[in-house]
Amino acid sequence: MKIKVIVTLKNGVLDPQGKAIQQTLNGMNFGNVEDVRQGKYFEIEVKEKDEKKAKSLVDDMCKKLLANLVIEDYKIV
Amino acid sequence: MRSSVIIFPGSNCDRDMDVALKKFGFKNQMVWHNDQSIPKSDLIVLPGGFSYGDYLRCGSIASKSKIIKSVIDFANSGGLVLGICNGFQILTETGLLKGILQQNKFLNFICSNVYIKVKDKQNKYFKDLKKDVLELHIAHNEGNYFCSDDELKSLEDNNQIAVTYCGEDGTENETTNPNGAIKNIAGIFNKNKNVLGMMPHPERMIDKYLSGEDGSLFFKNILDNFK
Repeated sequence: MKIKVIVTLKNGVLDPQGKAIQQTLNGMNFGNVEDVRQGKYFEIEVKEKDEKKAKSLVDDMCKKLLANLVIEDYKIV
Repeated sequence: MRSSVIIFPGSNCDRDMDVALKKFGFKNQMVWHNDQSIPKSDLIVLPGGFSYGDYLRCGSIASKSKIIKSVIDFANSGGLVLGICNGFQILTETGLLKGILQQNKFLNFICSNVYIKVKDKQNKYFKDLKKDVLELHIAHNEGNYFCSDDELKSLEDNNQIAVTYCGEDGTENETTNPNGAIKNIAGIFNKNKNVLGMMPHPERMIDKYLSGEDGSLFFKNILDNFK
């Protein structure tokens, strides 16, 4: 089963890449772009049929490796 | 004093560190990341470089290597663990040190000499060091130290801030902060001050003709404090 995870920087944590992207978009005449936050997206194939179990496994993975909870939040989608 | 330098795939300051340690009389051994155990050591060094190509987050993959359990056990039993640059990033990812090294504020890779101020001398690395300001070298893209307000307060309360970026005269402000690190932090200790992580490279400052010798002071000082 495929589980999808999105990792993003926490609110309030400086995201210089997002900022650079925003400024570039503004420069390309997308003047209404007010903020950009860049994140990471994972597709994880788990050998598990029970969705609940699979998601709980991935939750553990997020805490231990995929996200650094000092600066990042994660969402299993 | 016996030391071990751990090599990860992508480490690139491991041999510089080996040269530096041996120059000042350490009995150094190189240890591969896939080994289970570390030879008897008084100091373990995690060197600079780009372990695992900086995939996922700098140091995150290396922090799960086979050898790391031995490094954590060694640190928890009071052994000296020094992480330089990528080694610092690995130490934060293991949890031995608080916080994280984020991308530099202005998104540029910085390669230059900097001055750092020694903030605490009640430890085995800087005790009795004759200088308060050292000139060392930095080369990194992710050196922008960050931690939560609570963690910062506890670092300050326990004097765990080891070194900060400063000017030649020791002034610390925004203009002497190369990468945006909070409080100009260039290196920190764990609570017991046996684990030190810092972005600047002392191993690149050990020759008076090629660079400068403030790195020599650092290594000699660790040896002196060990005697």
